[in-house]
Amino acid sequence: MGEKAFDWFNYLLMIFLMFVMIYPLLFVAFASLSSPSLMLSHKGLLLWPKGFSLESYKAIFNYKMIFISYKNTIFYVVVGTLINILMTTLAAYGLSRKNVLLANGIMFFIAFTMFFGGGLIPSYLIMVDLGLLNTRWALLLPGMIGTTNLIIMRTSFRALPVSLEESARIDGANDFVILFRIIIPLSMPVIAVMVLYYGVGHWNSWFNAMIYLQDRNLYPMQLILREILIDSTTDVIELGGSDSEPIAQTIKYATIMVATVPILLIYPFIQKYFVKGVMIGALKG
Amino acid sequence: MLLPVVAYYLIFHYAPMYGAVIAFKRFMPNKGILGSPWIGFKNFETFFNSPYCLRIISNTVLLSVYGILFAFPAAIILALLLNEIRNPLFKKTVQTITYLPHFISLVVICGILRDFLSLDGLINDFVELLGLERTMFLAEPEWFRTIYIGSGIWQGIGWNSIIYIAALSQIDTELYEAAKIDGAGRWKQMWNVTLPGILPTIVIMLILRVGSIMTIGHEKIILLYNPAIYETADVISSYVYRKGLLESNFSFSSAVGLFNSAINFVLIISVNRISRKVSETSLW
Repeated sequence: MGEKAFDWFNYLLMIFLMFVMIYPLLFVAFASLSSPSLMLSHKGLLLWPKGFSLESYKAIFNYKMIFISYKNTIFYVVVGTLINILMTTLAAYGLSRKNVLLANGIMFFIAFTMFFGGGLIPSYLIMVDLGLLNTRWALLLPGMIGTTNLIIMRTSFRALPVSLEESARIDGANDFVILFRIIIPLSMPVIAVMVLYYGVGHWNSWFNAMIYLQDRNLYPMQLILREILIDSTTDVIELGGSDSEPIAQTIKYATIMVATVPILLIYPFIQKYFVKGVMIGALKG
Repeated sequence: MLLPVVAYYLIFHYAPMYGAVIAFKRFMPNKGILGSPWIGFKNFETFFNSPYCLRIISNTVLLSVYGILFAFPAAIILALLLNEIRNPLFKKTVQTITYLPHFISLVVICGILRDFLSLDGLINDFVELLGLERTMFLAEPEWFRTIYIGSGIWQGIGWNSIIYIAALSQIDTELYEAAKIDGAGRWKQMWNVTLPGILPTIVIMLILRVGSIMTIGHEKIILLYNPAIYETADVISSYVYRKGLLESNFSFSSAVGLFNSAINFVLIISVNRISRKVSETSLW
């Protein structure tokens, strides 16, 4: 009997949890579509937009930096992820073959970096010395291989039967051919997961951009977001008219929506891939 | 084939480790690393004698420990509760929704937090409703830990529960059958079958967590803090960032950073060793 009560309690708890997870975003969505002046006097929860208005979005789209930074983010996501996948796959393949010289040694060499690092300042100085400050490469190179991702990929490559490779070698294939023609096509699920992990990572990143970039035209979107939301430098966005205070609020909400909606849209479709990735890594690693 | 990979790690991971040597020098940018004078542990002394040293170390440790106390079990509990849900559709829905916050960028989350916690924000609207005074939450040191940990749980509870859900699905159903035959009810089953079944996973995750006690990430702190709440919000990594990059005090902050890395390293090795002795699970 206590079991029934527990079940009810559980269901209610879950529903409450889901509400708490979604509501902040709902609030932001509704508020972004509301009239700025009405929002000023509003208190408490929002159940739907108050005085439907697209003013805030219009103001955002008038702000040139939004477009520039959006373009930048897309560039970093696409090119960055490409580089990530290429390098990680190369590494995972090289380390998955048991006959490779020093494979274990190199693996330790790599894994060690997960536990010990030089720190923020030395890394920054390396970037300075390499002349990468204020260039796009500063965002594409430092995180080129994610060690946890590498381990996941290596594990899944190891699971592929050695006979495939052997028969390919008999046919005269060299390492690269084997990698591109055989291993990769067979590992599409893992690669898909990696694309998503790296992709989302690039989309959301801002800190490296903040410390390595000075040229605003190279800024990714999250950095501009940070300016608007955290630094509160909204003086560049004007809706015209005398009330600039209430405007700042709804503009912030609209900016959040503009930055997050793409992720929200593809999320339902990619969610199961992410979960699979964690499972592969967790259960075999 | 592995050459470029090794090169990458050498350049971006090991070279900075060598660069950490500036922690022992008085770094002068125009002289470079090798040319700068060696001052031994002076930088470390300065750090340990500084009035802020105790504060930032304790903040770092406290935030981590609170995280372990609250956020860590939360994910496990969620996994256990989800496991008890019979309706597969409902279960799937809850999972999908609880994973969502993990993908929202930190900037957005902190932006929303700042907005909701502001004087005329959502949270304060409720505070007023309850008859209490509106507070500027992000300016009060006492509130910071709650805000930090709470929002951490919001963002991470769903995602972190995945590992445990995976582990739960691996438990042999026969064990449950056997328990039921022996007359065990739901709670007894959970205590005797479920928990022991995911114990190895819990231990490994805990090791990883404890091993990174000293590395409270700087990103979220930097997005949320301000000078008014440094006394609870400033941690080692944010201090290193401020001193190093904002004030250009390179060698000093490298020293602090190195101190951080070293403690971390020792921690994770010790925790792993302890765990290997106590249970049979460990990272290696």
